[in-house]
Amino acid sequence: MIGVTHYVALSFLLFAIGVTGVLVRRNLLTVLMSIELILNAANLNLIAFSRQLGDLNGQLFAVFVITLAAGEAAIGLAIIISMYRLKGSVNLDDATELKG
Amino acid sequence: MGEPFIFWLFAAIVTVGAVGVVAMRQPVHSAICLLLSFLGVAGLFVLAHAEFLAAVQILVYAGGVMVLFLFTIMLVNVKRAAGEPYVHTQAGAGLLAGFLILAIVGGTVVASSRLRSLTGAGDLADPTRLSSTSITRNVTRVEDGRKVTSPVTETVIGNSQAVAWGLYRDYLLPFEVASVFLLVAIIGAVVLGKRTMERVD
Repeated sequence: MIGVTHYVALSFLLFAIGVTGVLVRRNLLTVLMSIELILNAANLNLIAFSRQLGDLNGQLFAVFVITLAAGEAAIGLAIIISMYRLKGSVNLDDATELKG
Repeated sequence: MGEPFIFWLFAAIVTVGAVGVVAMRQPVHSAICLLLSFLGVAGLFVLAHAEFLAAVQILVYAGGVMVLFLFTIMLVNVKRAAGEPYVHTQAGAGLLAGFLILAIVGGTVVASSRLRSLTGAGDLADPTRLSSTSITRNVTRVEDGRKVTSPVTETVIGNSQAVAWGLYRDYLLPFEVASVFLLVAIIGAVVLGKRTMERVD
């Protein structure tokens, strides 16, 4: 019997993989993709508890999360493009302006 | 067979895709793995009786966001030498932090799974509650030559309809705010993506 615990466990795994990607990868594009993974993990949680409790509000919140993710992807990719224009690369190691 | 099999199948797809995103060297390969992960999540949405959201997931993520990613990958030339590292210089600390989060959140999940109120086997709610909602609206009809308005309560069937009623009735203001947010995001993306602002004297 698949219960909410299975969904939560999968969502947590997805979240951990996404966080690891954000922390480890050098390429900004991959970092942004990892952020999308984290948002997907949050959605999976919302849907799981919506299913468990029979409450539609979880699905409605997930709709807003998807909206935010779309906007975040658009802005993030625009920032990556302007960084590429500035630096000629999309590597995190090259963004050193704020380094003391 | 049945529901558990489908769940594990989609869970495997999601996990393999997610690991691929982090592990693949080339961003294009990461994007394809991300697509795999998105589709797996959409399958899980269907399994959890969120059919409308599954469709939105495929349209917005697998359609829109993925195209955006692929365009950006094509715009920024990300070819690199074979020996060049694909993790940054602080990756060791990052990996450690990742495992720490894995341990903390995993421990929380395991601990909370013992709570009867969350996992009791028979506790799953009736799925029809996710695909039907009762609405009350005023209906005007003509009676004896006069207009009579009276509230009528009816039940709508279908996940999309239920989500729509929730979205446009209970969450109308957040919905409008989200549309303003999307407008801001579009304008911001265009401004950031423009070549250079040329001053006109």
